[in-house]
Amino acid sequence: MVTLAKSRGYRAFQVVNAVVLTGVVVVTLYPFINIVARSFSEERYILSGEVNLIPRGFNLTTYQIVVADPMFWTNYRNTVVYTVVATAIAMVLTTCYAYVLSKRHLKGRTFLIWVAVFTMFFNGGLIPNYVLVNSLGLTNSIWAIVLPNAISVFNLLVMKAFFENLPGDLEEAAAIDGLNTYGILGRIVLPLSKAVIATMVLFYAVSFWNSWFSAFLYLNRTELFPVTVYLRNIIAGATGAENAGAGAADLTQVAANIQSVTIMLTVLPILAVYPFVQRYFVSGVMLGAVKG
Amino acid sequence: MSNTPTTMNPPPDTSETRPATRRRRRPAGSSSSWSGAFRRNWQLYSLAILPLLFFAIFRYAPMIGNVIAFRKFEPGGSVLGEEWVGLRYVNLFLNDPTFWNVFTNTAILGGLTLLFCFPLPIVLALLLNEVRNRGLKRFLQSVSYLPHFLSIVVVAGIVMQTLAIDGPVNQLVRAFGDDPVAFMQKPEWFRTIYISSEIWQTVGWGTILYLAALTTIDEQLYEAARIDGAGRWRQIWHVTLPGIRPTAVTLLILNIGTFMAVGFEKVLLLYNPLTYPTADVISTYLYRMGVESSNFSYAAAIGLFEAIIGLTLILSANLISRRAVGTSLW
Repeated sequence: MVTLAKSRGYRAFQVVNAVVLTGVVVVTLYPFINIVARSFSEERYILSGEVNLIPRGFNLTTYQIVVADPMFWTNYRNTVVYTVVATAIAMVLTTCYAYVLSKRHLKGRTFLIWVAVFTMFFNGGLIPNYVLVNSLGLTNSIWAIVLPNAISVFNLLVMKAFFENLPGDLEEAAAIDGLNTYGILGRIVLPLSKAVIATMVLFYAVSFWNSWFSAFLYLNRTELFPVTVYLRNIIAGATGAENAGAGAADLTQVAANIQSVTIMLTVLPILAVYPFVQRYFVSGVMLGAVKG
Repeated sequence: MSNTPTTMNPPPDTSETRPATRRRRRPAGSSSSWSGAFRRNWQLYSLAILPLLFFAIFRYAPMIGNVIAFRKFEPGGSVLGEEWVGLRYVNLFLNDPTFWNVFTNTAILGGLTLLFCFPLPIVLALLLNEVRNRGLKRFLQSVSYLPHFLSIVVVAGIVMQTLAIDGPVNQLVRAFGDDPVAFMQKPEWFRTIYISSEIWQTVGWGTILYLAALTTIDEQLYEAARIDGAGRWRQIWHVTLPGIRPTAVTLLILNIGTFMAVGFEKVLLLYNPLTYPTADVISTYLYRMGVESSNFSYAAAIGLFEAIIGLTLILSANLISRRAVGTSLW
């Protein structure tokens, strides 16, 4: 009797659960699909509020105009360059420091850890950072974006935890064979750490790819902007359809969905790699949690 | 999963091999001397030089730079300001009604974020945990993690498009026979918009740690509970929830610590002068004061105040949780 009642209640729960989770999926995806539909729709359907999940009056005018805007591609290239350079520098600094921190026998290790961890809980704040970057003369250069964010303490701790859990025997054997610290790190430790390195590269790359505020704050020349700032100026209305190169004939069409089109073109690379990289992110977060 | 086994399952702590290492590397007598440590490990220390420079310049120098909160600062003059003015800027903002307005907005947005974005991932994780079909579960996870990977600019763009006069939400409003609402221009809607988009972006990703904790709960505990006659709900109450408590407490401490650090970038992207009455928060106010109006000292004083509140919050949350439930960050 008890089993029967329980299973009936459980079955009811399963139904409710299915409904709730379906709702979650719909709510998560609906705004995306709406943006897709808008980006391909004709202006009169958009403005009358008839575009929902399916494009109405299929139309590529705005895509053609945004893709023909040289500034869009300049900014896209900037995003790629900033992401690659920033990720490379961040990886070098993070790997070096994480390796140092993972050596339990090292004198002063606790201090070195606290130097990093304290910055998670207290930071100088926007204004002193702004004053600093300006006075270092980094404005309007890639370094204003790359250098102030070169180490993420979370990523640092993930890597440290990984290095700490590597078996020490190999390193000791290499040391006995006469390899110095740099050799051990480069030839023994890093080849063993491909998984965590891939994860960290992705963490940094996605965060630099997505970042916009440093660029917005420190760059004031359009040709230096990353594509996120290009998009920001479109959605904030700072760049109108005519600035994107729309002629009089296409002006209303472009004005109606330039935001959706630019959103689409900006997220496309992320959506393309997302299915392949997602699990690395999940495992990275869990590794970060293991260190407690 | 095949090529990330080390990441997924870090090998157990190898501390039992460590004492041997320590003995070998620390000859008796010099174990406590710094010069000995440097001579032995200078290559290791040399690897720390560039990272330490980074922390010194881009993390600790700005902390010192906060002295401009107590000094008169001239743009183009000294980075550390010209002369001491004591608490002038602190008094100035404490007597500024706008400051108290943005302070209240920050506290309300922070409180609402904590209220929704802390518990909802637990609920979603419990629901996902009940999905038995592995493929379906993976699909649900993939979908719910997706918004986390988007730039905040894209999220703001999506929010604006969804709430536009001709967007899907207003289509719904019209379907019910009401007039479309210009949501982004209404101060009374800002909090709802902010929290909903925060939920949309963070809740799915927030389930990861809970799902990981759920898999570590011993199946025997459920069996024992079943034998004792516990139904589904009682099993959740007595086995599942205690099992994820350490994770929940840790995340709660972190959430409380970032309570006042309301999503600055998102507010900056979503607000406009019409919605300032509810949308303007401490960080956006000091951004406008400092960066746009060049009142650097005034803005730095507000920023320092905010940072100190943040530090105090996380220290006290940590202390309380260590006393009350024995879990703490350090």
